Amino acid sequence: MNTNDNSPSLTPARSISTRSAWVRSPTALFGVIVLCAVIFCAIFAPFIAPYERNDRDIRLQLHGPTLEHPFGTDESGADLVTEIVYGARVAVLVGLGTVLINLLFGVSLGALSGYLGGWVDEIIMRLIEILLAFPGILLAILIIFMTQQPSLLTVIFALSLTGWTGYARLVRGQVLIEREQQYVEAARALGFKTPTIVFRHILPNVMGPIMVQAAFGIAGAILAEASLSFLGLGPQDSASWGALLNQGANYFLIAQHMAIVPGVAIMLTVLAINFIGDALRDHFDPRLAGHVEA
Amino acid sequence: MAFFTVFTIWVSAVRSSHLRINALMSGGARQTSAVTYWVRRAFNSLLVVWGVASLVFFALRLAPGDPVESILGEQALDVDKQKLRECLDLHLSLPEQYGRFMIEVTTGTFGELCEQKNVTVRDKLVENIPSTVELAFAGMLMAILISLPLGIVSALKRGTWVDNVAAFVSLLGLSMPNFWLGPMLLILFSVTLRLLPDPGSGIEGVTGLILPAITLGTALAAKLTRMTRTSVLDVLNQDFIRTARAKGLAERVVVGKHVLRNALIPVTTIAGLQLGALLTGAIIVEKVFARPGVGSLLLQAIEMRNYRIVQGCVLFIALTYVLVNILTDILYTFIDPRVSLNK
Repeated sequence: MNTNDNSPSLTPARSISTRSAWVRSPTALFGVIVLCAVIFCAIFAPFIAPYERNDRDIRLQLHGPTLEHPFGTDESGADLVTEIVYGARVAVLVGLGTVLINLLFGVSLGALSGYLGGWVDEIIMRLIEILLAFPGILLAILIIFMTQQPSLLTVIFALSLTGWTGYARLVRGQVLIEREQQYVEAARALGFKTPTIVFRHILPNVMGPIMVQAAFGIAGAILAEASLSFLGLGPQDSASWGALLNQGANYFLIAQHMAIVPGVAIMLTVLAINFIGDALRDHFDPRLAGHVEA
Repeated sequence: MAFFTVFTIWVSAVRSSHLRINALMSGGARQTSAVTYWVRRAFNSLLVVWGVASLVFFALRLAPGDPVESILGEQALDVDKQKLRECLDLHLSLPEQYGRFMIEVTTGTFGELCEQKNVTVRDKLVENIPSTVELAFAGMLMAILISLPLGIVSALKRGTWVDNVAAFVSLLGLSMPNFWLGPMLLILFSVTLRLLPDPGSGIEGVTGLILPAITLGTALAAKLTRMTRTSVLDVLNQDFIRTARAKGLAERVVVGKHVLRNALIPVTTIAGLQLGALLTGAIIVEKVFARPGVGSLLLQAIEMRNYRIVQGCVLFIALTYVLVNILTDILYTFIDPRVSLNK
């Protein structure tokens, strides 16, 4: 783990703790293994999936688990293992895509807001307050309603619209603290320009908490996409776990496997990422162990 | 872009009014009084409310595609198209539409429906609000009933297996999509065990509310459990707790009277702030359990592409959320006298 630590005396101790971290935190190890499996499925989906993407057996609709179809089949007779493996793609793309966009906008706007203060700060903070007035996926629902035929990109965009605000507030707070440090004053005295000071000097020092939030952000984005798909507002161009679960909820009286399997996939993935997020937080700030973002 | 320009002007207006009020109230000194604080809060809240309304307005109006065609289809008669266009105010210019929209929002009607004469979106909302509010409060109650004991016990028994199990369970609750928990509970209780009525049977009342409340409350319960644990641990390390123990109070009194009273202040706030968020969760839970409510209304309107109702529902949820947050903040300053007004 690459950290930027202000106090050099801590560095040796930290590298030791990193090496034994897996031993101390079996949950994080579990998280990394599950996450690697999901990413592996996402990349090599065509090779792992037992059936072709559009291979549908119309005689076996909503059939329970059999030897040919270990997870059963969905309402169109497609193999559920295949669907789950391809669904990992959507989950990974949505999770990473949303968080990358959020990081890009959130970190830069938050840093500018905190460093410049004044007008810029006021406008950005007011905008954030307005966006935060839309709880959860409400704004995403509105955006997707507008676009009518949402693609994967639309969904990522819709989720990013409010997502960046959390990062911006976090970074702003950190920058407000760092701004008063002597190394920043030194950089300013040396004549560095504002963007250089913010992005080269301050930001590397506040990456820890940002990484932690990004980890939880991936989990949040996957859950949010699943919720949207469940409401029938997910990406129309790719089958996600949430969409499968939506089918499952419709048929839960006759085909329980349809409701159970995609849900377990979502839960394991999100749980794994949360475990990693917890471990990252304990690593970056041991004092906060057991604390959760409200 | 238009939104951004107006927004910038508004921000500058609010900002300068802050400065003027500050100067007025404190005679130029750098001290803010309670009145200034509340005036500023009122201004800020107004800005947020206005921003939310405008954002919804511009998001719907500036979307690509003609709403009339998306509602009626391309083959519809021109007469019908024209009628609907006039009903939705789309024949007016954007500023005129904005003016009408703002009047509809400030009067709280959210506009009249095109399909039914003399029925406003407000009437539709009023029909559906009680069911959603009932669900939100039941979910909150369920979350508190689960999280408080769990959080307190895991803080008091820190590091033991109880703590570990509670931590795992709450992380599981955070990772579980609530729309999945719903069908799972239904399979377990209504299908397998036949303990509770299945959602199709239309049975109302408390038994019909249990599963939806658990479904809605689980994620919040997980969050609150962790919050409670942290908060209790925080207070346990305070000096006044050591004093209480030193003067020989029974552990029961120390925990019950000194620890909990202080530890529950932040938990109350978080719970309050989350009440609004439960409204979005309610959209999903209402779908799972086929319950009537604002969420169901919104989803039906999305399917029918009814712009007025979608707009009204989104505004209602967002504005309720803002209002609940403000109320929680006000409540907080009363519960905890240590909270400083100068943020």
